[in-house]
Amino acid sequence: MVKAILSLLELAAILLPAAVFLGRYMARVFQGERSFLTPALRPVESLVYRLCRIDESREMSGRTYAICAVSFTLIGVLVLFLLQLLQGVLPLNPQGLRGVRWDTALSTAISFSTNTNWQSYAGETTMSHLTQMLGLAVQNFLSAGIGIAVALAMIRGFIRREANTVGSFWVDLVRSVVYVLLPLSLVLAVVLMSQGVVETLRPHATVETLEGVRQTIPVGPVASQEAIKELGTNGGGFFNANSAHPLENPNGLTNLLENVAMLLIPVALVFTFGRMIKNRKQGRALFAAMVVLFALGLAVALWAELAGNPLLAKAGIAGGANLEGKEMRFGLAPSVLFGQATTATSTGAVNSMHDSAMPLTGLVYLFNMGIGEVIFGGVGVGLVGMLFYVVLAMFVAGLMIGRTPEFLGKKLGPYEMIMAVVGVLLSPVILLCFLAVALAVPSGLAGLGNPSAHGLSEVLYAYTSAVGNNGSAFAGLSANTPFYNLTLGLAMLVGRFATLLPGLAIGASVARKKTAPVGVATFPTTGLLFVVVLVGAILLVGALTYFPAFSLGPILEHLRLVGGGTL
Amino acid sequence: MKEVRTGLLVLLVFSVLLGIVYPLVVMGIGQLAFSWRANGSLVAVGDRIVGSELIGQFFSSKGYFHGRPSSSDYDPMNSGGSNLAPASSTLLDEVEKRIALVHSEYGLPEESPVPADFVLASASGLDPEISVQSALLQAESIAATRGIDAQAVRSLIQRYTHGPFLGAFGEERVNVLRLNLALDKLVGRRVGSGSGPEASSPGAGKGEP
Amino acid sequence: MRGKDRVHERGQTIFDPALLLRAARGSFAKLNPVSLWRNPVMLIVEAGAVLTTVLTVVAAASGRTVSFGLQISIWLWFTVLFANFAEALAEAQGSARAEALRRSRKDLVACRLSDDGRREQVSAAALTKGDLIIVAGGEAIPGDGEIVEGTALVDESAITGESAPVVREAGGDRSGVTGGSRVLSGTIRVRITTDPGETFLDHMISMVEGARRHMTPNEVALQILLVGLTVLFVVVVMTVPAMARHMGVTTTVPVLVSLLVCLMPTTIGGLLPAIGIAGMDRLIQRNVVALSGRAVEASGDVDIVVLDKTGTITLGNRMATELIPADGVSREELLDAALFSSLSDETPEGRSIVVLCKNELGIKGRDIRAPEDAVFVPFSAAARMSGVDIGNRRVRKGSVDAVEAFVRAAGGAFPEPLRAWVDAIARCGDTPMTVAEGGRIIGVIRLKDVLKQGIKSRLAQLRQVGIKSVMITGDNLLTAASIAAEAGLDDFAAQARPEVKLDLIRKYQADGHLVAMIGDGTNDAPALAQADVAVAMNAGTQAAREAANMIDLDSNPTKLLDIVEVGKEILITRGALTTFSIANDVAKYFAIIPAIFASAYPELRTLNIMRLATPSSAVLAAVVFNASIIPLLIPLALRGVRFRARSASSVLRWNLLVYGLGGLVLPFLGIKLLDVVLVALRLV
Repeated sequence: MVKAILSLLELAAILLPAAVFLGRYMARVFQGERSFLTPALRPVESLVYRLCRIDESREMSGRTYAICAVSFTLIGVLVLFLLQLLQGVLPLNPQGLRGVRWDTALSTAISFSTNTNWQSYAGETTMSHLTQMLGLAVQNFLSAGIGIAVALAMIRGFIRREANTVGSFWVDLVRSVVYVLLPLSLVLAVVLMSQGVVETLRPHATVETLEGVRQTIPVGPVASQEAIKELGTNGGGFFNANSAHPLENPNGLTNLLENVAMLLIPVALVFTFGRMIKNRKQGRALFAAMVVLFALGLAVALWAELAGNPLLAKAGIAGGANLEGKEMRFGLAPSVLFGQATTATSTGAVNSMHDSAMPLTGLVYLFNMGIGEVIFGGVGVGLVGMLFYVVLAMFVAGLMIGRTPEFLGKKLGPYEMIMAVVGVLLSPVILLCFLAVALAVPSGLAGLGNPSAHGLSEVLYAYTSAVGNNGSAFAGLSANTPFYNLTLGLAMLVGRFATLLPGLAIGASVARKKTAPVGVATFPTTGLLFVVVLVGAILLVGALTYFPAFSLGPILEHLRLVGGGTL
Repeated sequence: MKEVRTGLLVLLVFSVLLGIVYPLVVMGIGQLAFSWRANGSLVAVGDRIVGSELIGQFFSSKGYFHGRPSSSDYDPMNSGGSNLAPASSTLLDEVEKRIALVHSEYGLPEESPVPADFVLASASGLDPEISVQSALLQAESIAATRGIDAQAVRSLIQRYTHGPFLGAFGEERVNVLRLNLALDKLVGRRVGSGSGPEASSPGAGKGEP
Repeated sequence: MRGKDRVHERGQTIFDPALLLRAARGSFAKLNPVSLWRNPVMLIVEAGAVLTTVLTVVAAASGRTVSFGLQISIWLWFTVLFANFAEALAEAQGSARAEALRRSRKDLVACRLSDDGRREQVSAAALTKGDLIIVAGGEAIPGDGEIVEGTALVDESAITGESAPVVREAGGDRSGVTGGSRVLSGTIRVRITTDPGETFLDHMISMVEGARRHMTPNEVALQILLVGLTVLFVVVVMTVPAMARHMGVTTTVPVLVSLLVCLMPTTIGGLLPAIGIAGMDRLIQRNVVALSGRAVEASGDVDIVVLDKTGTITLGNRMATELIPADGVSREELLDAALFSSLSDETPEGRSIVVLCKNELGIKGRDIRAPEDAVFVPFSAAARMSGVDIGNRRVRKGSVDAVEAFVRAAGGAFPEPLRAWVDAIARCGDTPMTVAEGGRIIGVIRLKDVLKQGIKSRLAQLRQVGIKSVMITGDNLLTAASIAAEAGLDDFAAQARPEVKLDLIRKYQADGHLVAMIGDGTNDAPALAQADVAVAMNAGTQAAREAANMIDLDSNPTKLLDIVEVGKEILITRGALTTFSIANDVAKYFAIIPAIFASAYPELRTLNIMRLATPSSAVLAAVVFNASIIPLLIPLALRGVRFRARSASSVLRWNLLVYGLGGLVLPFLGIKLLDVVLVALRLV
C-alpha cells in the first residue's frame, strides 16, 4: 500500500512539472512563436516544407483538414501493408523472415497507422528490422502527429471567430514531429539505452546457458522505437511481451520513465489547450476531471490487485499475491499504475499480462478504454474525445439553466450535437456489434483463451481496445486469425475516424460562429460544478453502455472468485 | 489531388528522417556510449557468452538457483505470459502442482505458504529475477548439493539482493544468473560432472523446477 | 401582474374533463405510425409493443402460459399511449383557446371597397391582402389590417380578454387592428394586410398543433441526442442474447424488449412535444403570440433589450404644462406663436401644446382663424420641428438644438437666460421645447414626462436575469439621462434618429450579444427585423407586426420579462427531464440484468440490490415504472419547471440535485414498491 502511494507520488513528481513545461512549450510552437529549440529545429522544419512543397502560410478549411488526415492515414496503411508483404526480399532482414501473412499485415498496417498498435503477431519472429524501423516506428511518429494536428484544429475552432479556416494540417503535423516527438524520443531513447534497452542492427545473439541450453536472444533497433512507442501513445512493442520484456523495460527507472512518457504529451496538451484559448483555468478544469477519473480507476484497480487472489491464497501462496503475469522488477503496484496509464491514454503498452490481472482490475482497464480514451487519452485524440463529452454535458447543463447550450462562448446547435453524439457513441456501438458477432460465430469463439466469463472479457477487451485505438489485449485471445485480424482492423479504422472526423467537423463549425460574451446568466465552466457535471456524464454514459457486458464478464468473475470458485 | 501528393512526399521525407536517420543516430550514440547495454547486456564466463544479465534462463539442476515458472521455459523467441485468468481452473491446478513440488523438493512442511513469484509465471517468460524469499527458500538445498555452508549461500544471496527502485518500483529481489555465476565462482566449478567450466549435457527437458 | 389583470378568464386547469377526454381520444389517434414517425423513441416502443403482442398471441394459440407476456405487452402499449396523451393534452389546451377565437371570426361578413368606389359584401374568408374595407360602429372587424382613414373605439376583448375599449386610428403608431375585434363607435377604412390562413391567429394555432409544428433547432439537437442514445441501447440490448448464449443462458424476446424500452429515454421522449406546445400555450395565456418557437427559446439567452422611451418607459404622451417667454417677449406673442406652429403637429405633444395655448387664450373648440397666406410646416422626426410660414414670418417650434440651429441659420442667437431655463427643465427630467420666429427665440415650453408605474422594479427584474436595458429616445441628453437614472436603466442613447436603433442593435450583435427589441411604429420595423427577439405591440403598425417574431396582444412593453421566463422554462424543463430520464436507467439495469442471469449464475444475485422477488416481477416492475412515470410527470411538463432568478450555478446545482440525483434514486424506490405490489396482487 505504501509502495503504491509512493510510486504514484514519484510518478506525479516527475510528470507534472514536465507536463506543465511541455504544455507551455507546445503552445508556443503550435502558434508559431519562438521557443528555446527554435534555432536548432527551425532549419529542419523549413527543409521539410521545402522538400514536400508545403506552403507554410496556407490555411485550410475543416474539410481539407479531414481529407488530409484520412488520406494520409490510408497512405500509411497502404505503404506499411506493402512493406510487410515484401520484407522477405528487402534488406535489413538478418533473421531471413518471410513476407508477413496478408491478414496479419493488413491488421498491423491499419493498427499502426491509427495509433492503435494492436499486434496480433509476435514481433521477434515476424517483423524484420527494416519493417520495424522504417514501417512501424515511422507510423508511430506520424499517427501521433495526426492526432495532435486534429486536436489543434478543434482548439482553433473555439478560439477563432467567424473564420473559415482552422490552420494547416501539414504545418501542425510537421511541427509536432520535429519540435515535440523527435527531440523527446531522442532523449528518452538514449536514457533507455543506458539502462539496457537494446539498439543494434546485429542479428539475434545465440548463447549457451549455464546449464548448456541453447538460448537465442533477439535484439534489434528497440530503444529508438520504444521511446516513440510510449511518447506517442502508440504501444506497439518490438517484442511480444511488450514492456514486460526485459530488453524493452529493464529496470525500475526505465519503467518509471516509460510510464511518465505515456502520460506526458496527453497531459501537456490539456495545458496547451488552456494556454491557447487564453483561459488556463479552463485547461485546469479539464485536467481536474481527467485526474478524478484516473484516480478513481486507479484506486479500484489497486484495491483489487493488492487484495490478492483468494484461490491462490487458499492453495498456499503467501497472501495470495497475484504475481501471475507480473515481473519482479516492477511488482504489484507499479504494474497496476502502468496498466492504468496505458488504458487511460490509449497507449496499449503493457508491463504485465492484463489477462491475468484480477477481474476488477480488468474492469477498470476496460472502462478506461470503453469510455473512449478520454482520461488524458491518446496524443491529441484524447483531448478531442474529452471535448465531445464536454459538448454533450454542456448541452444538457445549458438546458437546465434555461440557456441554449454553449461552451467557451460558442453556441452548440444540432450540427455540433450530431458530431459529438457520433464521436462518443459510434465506437461503443461498433464494438458491441462486433462483440455479438464474435461470440456467435465459431471463428470468433475459437480464439478464446479462457473459459466462460473471462473468455467473454477477452473478446470484449479486444474490440474495446480496437475502437479506442488502444492496442493492449487480454493476450490469451488468439487473434492472429483472418476473422479477428479483419474485424479488429475494421474496428480500429472506425474508432479512429469516429474521433478525427467529428472533431474536425466541430472545430470547423464552431470557428464560423461568433463568440458570445460571458454574463451573469452563463454558467462558469472552470469550477467544481463543471468538473462534477463532466465526470458524472462520463461515468453515467460508460456505466449505461457497459453494464450488461461487465456484469457477465469481470463482475461475474469477481463474484465467483470471492465465493471461492473457478470459472 | 494536391493533398495526396503532399502526403506521399511527407511520408517519404519522414520515413527517411524518422525511419533511417533517427534510429541510426540513436544507434550511433548507443554503440559509442553504452555499447554493452545496447547490444544486450551479454554476460560471459571466460570467452563464452552464457546469457544476458537481463534475460532469465532455465535452471533445473539441484545445484543452481531456479528462476520463476515461465510459459516458454525461458525461450526468448517466444516471450509472453500464460494469460490465464485469476479464476481459471487451469491456473489453479498448475499452481497447486507447483506448490506441492516446492514443498517436496525443498523439504517444507505442508500448508506452509510459498512465495508467490516462485510458483506463478512471469509476464515475459524471461524474468531474470526472483524474490529474496524464493532465493532463501532454496539456500539449504543448494548448499547441501554443492557441499558448502548454507550460511555462505545466504550471505551470497544478501550480497546480490537489491531493493525497490526509489523505494517503490519492484520487490526485494536477486538476479538468478548473477547469483548462479557467483555461486559457481564461490565453489570453483559449475554444476555437472567435474570441476572447471566445461560444456555439460544439453539442458534437461521441459518441466517444472 | 402577469396574466392576472384580465377580466376574461382564459386558463383552464388540465383536469377539465372535456379536455382530458379529448386528449384521451387523441392519444389513440396518435398511435398511427405515420404521425409517430416524428418521435423516433416512441416509434420504437410501439414496434416493441407490437412485437410482444404478436408473440403473446402466438404463445396463447399454442397453449403456453401468457400471463407475463400479456402484462408486458399491455404496459408497453400504455407507455406509448401515455406519451401520446401528454402531447394530445398539451395540444388540446392550446387549441381550445385558439378554437374559441376562430369561431368568433368564421361567419363574419366584410364590406369591401373596390377601386372604382363600389361597395360589395363578401365573406371574411374571401378577403385578401390589399383589400380595402369599411367597418362601421357596431360591426366586427373581419380581418387583420391597418386603419388608413378614421378613428374608432375598438373592443378587443375577444382577442386579448381585455374588456376596456381602446382607441385605434390612422397615422401614428396605433393603427393596427385584429380580425375578430369589434368597433364600438366610429367608422374606419381598413386595408387588409394578411391573406387568409396567414393571420396571426393562424400562426398561433400552428404553434400549438403538433402536426404542423416545426421543431426548433434546440429541439432538433435534443432529438439527436435521444436518437443517439436510443441507437446505443438498441445495440446494447442486441448483444445481450449473444453474450447470454456464450454463457449458457437463454433470453426471451419480451424480456429483451422490456430492457430496451426501459433503457431508452422514454420519459423525455414522450414528454418532449408536450413541453414545447405547453410553452407556446403559456405564452398565449400571457397574451403573447409567438410567431417563431426559435425566438422564444432565444429569449432565454437575451442579454440586452432596447426600449423606446415614449410609451414604453414613460407614459405615452408628454404634456405641455408651462410656457416661459423670453426676455422682452409678451406672453400673448408666445402663446400665439406656439399655437400656430403646433397646429399642424399631429403628435400628442403638439396637440397638448395647442390645448394648453387654447386654454390660456380662452379659445374654445375649433375657433381658430389661421391667416390666409399661412403655410403650415408639419412636424417631422428628421427636422424635429414644426411650424408655420405666414408671409415672410417663419415661426418654428421644436427641440432645443433644432430650433437653435434654425435661429443661427437666420442670423440670431440663443439668449443665455433662456438657456438656464432649458437646463433647469431638462434637469427635472422634463423636455424643453423652444419657439422661435426668424432669428429670434420667443420662448420655452415645458413638456412633462411621467414614468410608467412599476417600470423600475421591472427593469430591476430584467437585470437580475442578466438582461441589460437600453433606452433610445429623441430627447436631449440631459432629459434622457435624468429619465434613465430615475427608471434604473443600464444605458441610454439620446437625440437619436430612427436609424440609430438599427445601428445600435447591429453593434451589440457584432459584440456577440443577443438583443431583444420592443416596438410598435413603422420606424421600428428595421430594428425589429434585426433584433433576435422582436416584440411588436398588436396595436402597432402593420410594418412593425410583420417585422417582429412575437406579438404582444396587450401592447404592454414590459411583457419581455414574461417571454424570457417562458423561454427559459421550456429549456429548463427539457434539460431536467432529459437528465431524469437518463439517470433512471441505472436502476433499471439493476432490476433486469440479475433477473435474466441470476438463475444460471447465483453469484449475480448480489446485483439484485433491490431484492426483487422473482425475475418476472423484476422485469414487470421496471416496465410498469417506466410507463407510469410519464403521466406522473405530465403536470410538470405542462406547467414547466419554474425558473428562479438566481445565478446560473445555483440553478444548475439545484436542478442537478433534484433531477439528476433524484432521477438516480427514485426508480430504485419506485421499482421496489411496484415489485411488492405486483407480488402481493399475485400478478406475477
